[in-house]
Amino acid sequence: MSNPQQLRYSKEHEWLSDAEGGVATVGITEFAANALGDVVYAQLPAVGDTVTAGETCGELESTKSVSDLYSPVTGEVVEANQDVVDDPALVNTAPFEGGWLFKVRIAEEPADLLSAEEYAALTHSDN
Amino acid sequence: MSTAPRLTALDALHRSLGATMTDFAGWDMPLRYGSERDEHNAVRTKAGLFDLSHMGEITLTGPEAVKALDYALVGNISTVGVGRARYTHICQEDGGIVDDLIVYRLGESEYMVVANASNAQVVLDALTERAAGFDTVVRDDRDAYALIAVQGPESPGILASLTDADLDGLKYYAGLPGTVAGVPALIARTGYTGEDGFELFVAPEHAVELWQALTKAGEGVGLVPAGLSCRDTLRLEAGMPLYGHELTTSLTPFDAGLGRVVKFEKEGDFVGRAALEAAAERSATNPPRKLVGLIAEGRRVPRAGFPVVADGKVIGEVTSGAPSPTLGKPIAMAYVDAAHAAPGTSGVGVDIRGTHEPYEVVALPFYKRQK
Repeated sequence: MSNPQQLRYSKEHEWLSDAEGGVATVGITEFAANALGDVVYAQLPAVGDTVTAGETCGELESTKSVSDLYSPVTGEVVEANQDVVDDPALVNTAPFEGGWLFKVRIAEEPADLLSAEEYAALTHSDN
Repeated sequence: MSTAPRLTALDALHRSLGATMTDFAGWDMPLRYGSERDEHNAVRTKAGLFDLSHMGEITLTGPEAVKALDYALVGNISTVGVGRARYTHICQEDGGIVDDLIVYRLGESEYMVVANASNAQVVLDALTERAAGFDTVVRDDRDAYALIAVQGPESPGILASLTDADLDGLKYYAGLPGTVAGVPALIARTGYTGEDGFELFVAPEHAVELWQALTKAGEGVGLVPAGLSCRDTLRLEAGMPLYGHELTTSLTPFDAGLGRVVKFEKEGDFVGRAALEAAAERSATNPPRKLVGLIAEGRRVPRAGFPVVADGKVIGEVTSGAPSPTLGKPIAMAYVDAAHAAPGTSGVGVDIRGTHEPYEVVALPFYKRQK
């Protein structure tokens, strides 16, 4: 599996796009989506919520388990992906595209987000 | 105790198929190969191929094998004909369920007991101890067999293309020795999916050959390899109990709604008889919690151990829960107080991490195949 070069990654397996006008998109990686199995329910943060880097902001439920969703950055949620709420399988089928989870206006970004190479190294060591 | 997981004879094959592996009762087993939902649906509509080599086979032979089993188990094994199989329980002296089992009668005085992987050692020890006073030999056959199951509506056709065995004459819960794809096998019409299907007990050295032959035979009809994850949702839809969830040592068969497996009328004593007679009486006068089905109105999934609630009170506990691919909604099995157990009882919910989600009480199973 390949992790898009232009994204940055958290150790909790979220990805973060470059900010456009201060707003970045957040999703979970293909590695995380594969580990979860078929996602059947997504509870996403609501528009206007403040999310904090490294803290839970929702949950993703799959056939066998439920996993907390962490925010890779601190900021205000400006959009949640209603398509994923309606069809959670998008997280599995298009984790880096249509399966994005929410958009956030970044207030603060941790310094330890990973590059695609660093994230690939991390997940290989997980295997 | 060894910490290295045990591998089945099909391990390399699973990895070559890209399976996600998981530890299950000390075995490294395939959880899923791709999407568990697709595997589930394939078993319901076409066919699925399972590696169940972790199951524990124990053979009893000798003139008093059947007497030993009648003493050790709660079922009436003496009424099982050659070539037939019986679902039963092995209980403690206090009536608690040690495991649920399938007993196959392979010959006049030869029986094979199949225990759950997690209980195989406990069952082997108990059978060995309980059979000690009888003229029988208890043999640990766990390493003697690989077990491959082909399940789903296309499975009779797939198997028929590989064997001369009389599959039409093979009833549900029956087994006969035969040859499949040139490999000697015990062919059993059993399964744990709610579908028609077969379980093939073979020597481990033949497992890969048989798996490949079944894969090829099923190519044109949609057979796919299927993992433990979909096996769990299939059995849950079919309302089948799972040891450690619906069945535990703290429940008797009467508490689990399976009192019918206990045969008091059989000859002689059996382990747990006195306690089970008391449990039967208790359950007749003071109904225990009942095992029911719950169907979610929303989309959040109940899990084992979650409280079942009504009017702000806890009235039961979820034993198994999962999103049901067939129903398209989360479902669960749960033990609930008798007052709330009737199908359609209103106001029942499941406490999912602090939120009371509404659920409909239904009779089990959720899914029954059309015959």
